[in-house]
Amino acid sequence: MAQEEINKAVSGEYTLGFEIDIETEVVPPGLNEGTIRFISQKKEEPEWMLDLRLKALKKWQKMTEPHWGHLEYEPIDYQSISYFAAPKKGPESLDEVDPKILEAYKKLGIPLEEQKQLAGIAVDAVVDSVSVKTTYSEELQKHGVIFCSISDAIRDYPELIKKYMYSVVPMTDNFFATLNSAVFTDGTFVYIPKGVRCPMELSTYFRINALNTGQFERTLIVADEGSYVSYNEGCSAPTRDENQLHAAVVELIAMKDAEIKYSTIQNWYPGDENGKGGIYNFVTKRGICEGENAKISWTQVETGSAITWKYPSCILKGDNSVGEFYSVAVTTLAQQADTGTKMIHLGKNTSSTIISKGISAMKGQNTYRGLVKIGANATGARNYSECDSLLIGDQCGAHTFPYLESKETQGQVEHEATTSKISDDQLFYLRQRGINEEDAVSMIVHGFCKEVFSQLPMEYAVEAKALLELTLEGSVG
Amino acid sequence: MKTLEIKNIHAKIGNKEILKGLDLDLEPGKIHAIMGPNGAGKSTLSKTIVGHYDVEVTEGDILYKGKSILDMEPEERALEGIFLSFQHPVEIPGVNNAYFLRTALNAKRRHEGKEELNAAEFLREMKKHLEMLGMKADMISRSLNEGFSGGEKKRNEILQMLILQPEVIILDEIDSGLDIDALRAVSEGINMMKDGKRSFLVITHYSRILDYIKPDYIHVLKEGRIIKTAGPELVAHLEEHGYDSIVEEA
Ligand SMILES: Nc1ncnc2c1ncn2[C@@H]1O[C@H](COP(=O)(O)OP(=O)(O)OP(=O)(O)O)[C@@H](O)[C@H]1O
Ligand SMILES: [Mg+2]
Repeated sequence: MAQEEINKAVSGEYTLGFEIDIETEVVPPGLNEGTIRFISQKKEEPEWMLDLRLKALKKWQKMTEPHWGHLEYEPIDYQSISYFAAPKKGPESLDEVDPKILEAYKKLGIPLEEQKQLAGIAVDAVVDSVSVKTTYSEELQKHGVIFCSISDAIRDYPELIKKYMYSVVPMTDNFFATLNSAVFTDGTFVYIPKGVRCPMELSTYFRINALNTGQFERTLIVADEGSYVSYNEGCSAPTRDENQLHAAVVELIAMKDAEIKYSTIQNWYPGDENGKGGIYNFVTKRGICEGENAKISWTQVETGSAITWKYPSCILKGDNSVGEFYSVAVTTLAQQADTGTKMIHLGKNTSSTIISKGISAMKGQNTYRGLVKIGANATGARNYSECDSLLIGDQCGAHTFPYLESKETQGQVEHEATTSKISDDQLFYLRQRGINEEDAVSMIVHGFCKEVFSQLPMEYAVEAKALLELTLEGSVG
Repeated sequence: MKTLEIKNIHAKIGNKEILKGLDLDLEPGKIHAIMGPNGAGKSTLSKTIVGHYDVEVTEGDILYKGKSILDMEPEERALEGIFLSFQHPVEIPGVNNAYFLRTALNAKRRHEGKEELNAAEFLREMKKHLEMLGMKADMISRSLNEGFSGGEKKRNEILQMLILQPEVIILDEIDSGLDIDALRAVSEGINMMKDGKRSFLVITHYSRILDYIKPDYIHVLKEGRIIKTAGPELVAHLEEHGYDSIVEEA
């Protein structure tokens, strides 16, 4: 088959690239103290929050963008980005969501209207810089669960925010996290009280809509002793020639005997096959297992974005605590992903599992970068890592950088890595049995990702499979 | 009408011409055995029939039920009923064998306008084949051919044949590397498929399998052509005198 034909086939189709035709209020591009004050004022924030933001801005202005990732991209002009965009409220009622936004969310498969809301899933819907709707909030409150936008939380639960925000990802942790600390707009706050098993799946759906704006959300999840929560995030953006910046921060705190399951299906616009357009996705995600027997598990399916820079990590502080990282990262077109995890073992008998599956097609570049660190007191720590790469075609690339830091000789660390190619022979075998080329590719790819998909909640596993199929539509080796 | 008509086929792999004007007709209900020295082009012939990407046909035609198939995609040929048991079946990690078999069967059923089988119906269907072939039940819950022994791979090919019920069945060295029990089971599977309509093309180096499946014709393939066609009595002659004793028929 001609290379051109193959490329056309592998490029898939980005079906969520529509624009929501709504009036948007956008602050002019640029980042300075005035911008921060504007955002803070828009959010009707208390003074202390504004002070924290300004502090972060000062620090950030002295920092330089990191470039150690296996990524190539045009320099980002931070002064050309607009840092706040919000849909203007509909004329009828302040509480009502613009019907066009409802329509758009319906198109994304997430009905927000009262009667049609997804059963068993509470959703926080974010468009650009603001949360437009949070479903089931009251229902959840009956169980003492707080599920609201971070902006609301800053006003309504200042003690919790002051206590936990920046406690896992310090304000000036890294360049992008610091930027987020200064300009973060919306995101989700979750608090699960002691001993409560959150009665439904919680989920946030992020939508970038406005032109030339960045999205900087911040999510904070606190699971108190003995509680459990499963949280999912999804995202998408319109098809545009310009690159857009997404720099988010997620902090997770799991107390003694608590468990947080965090799943991501990332489907930001990936740009075209020449690397034009697409989202720059620079994200800091970190969780801490504060108490004994706490468990944090990250599952991510990354199919979108032009650039992905993201290392969801676990600090295993409590004895016997458990960290898990399950990842499928797909790079096709001209996408680049540098992603992985950090497992920091501090407590005794802590254990971590890393399963990373990278799929590269066309000119996609996929890098796994992972760190396993075993502290001096972490006797009995265990880690198992498995990093597998699958190549489709011969213009793409896969790279693996596992790092190990260990002060502890008793720690048990196992690492396995494989790279395989979808071979013409495999495809032909399946085709000879009457399975068409596309189905043959997706069969092999699904087989490759099985261990990760099985970690996703049911509804999302189905979505992830469909998304993967679409992303690699008709891809051929 | 012939099931398959191979007419003056010239085929290249890379720049090398392997098939050099090969003629062969497969008759309905008949078993055709092909024998010939290593490198003669037997596997190339089977690949040519199923549309393998390695092979480029430069001249000639192949008709299936009277229609040329050379422009058809491999999966179309498969769906129309042409099946190849590969000399070396490939391993596909992560793809569950049962899932693969059901996908293939349902692709065929869709093509024929039949309803797809659900998992339970499919498993029932499969169970009887497994027993007949002496395959352990876990073979179908493992990854497709991954870590299968040589004999297990061949049995798995026959399992696919039994499930897909094709009309032209090409078996490329299905008997190589089989133990005595496996050879008997595989032969039984082939004999079960005889229905007076299906045509078989059995490529082999040994007479043993032919004792079980009783071919109607023996063709000798040498240097890219069929140089002799005869009845089963030819096997004994070949075993005794070798391929050099055969002179191409006019
Ligand atoms: N992919 C390939 N590239 C180059 N040459 C090839 C390729 N495949 C087959 N050939 C050559 O084509 C010729 C015929 O090969 P083929 O596999 O058809 O032989 P065969 O009759 O099946 O032999 P055997 O009995 O050993 O299986 C051989 O010389 C072989 O080396
Ligand atoms: Mg051969």
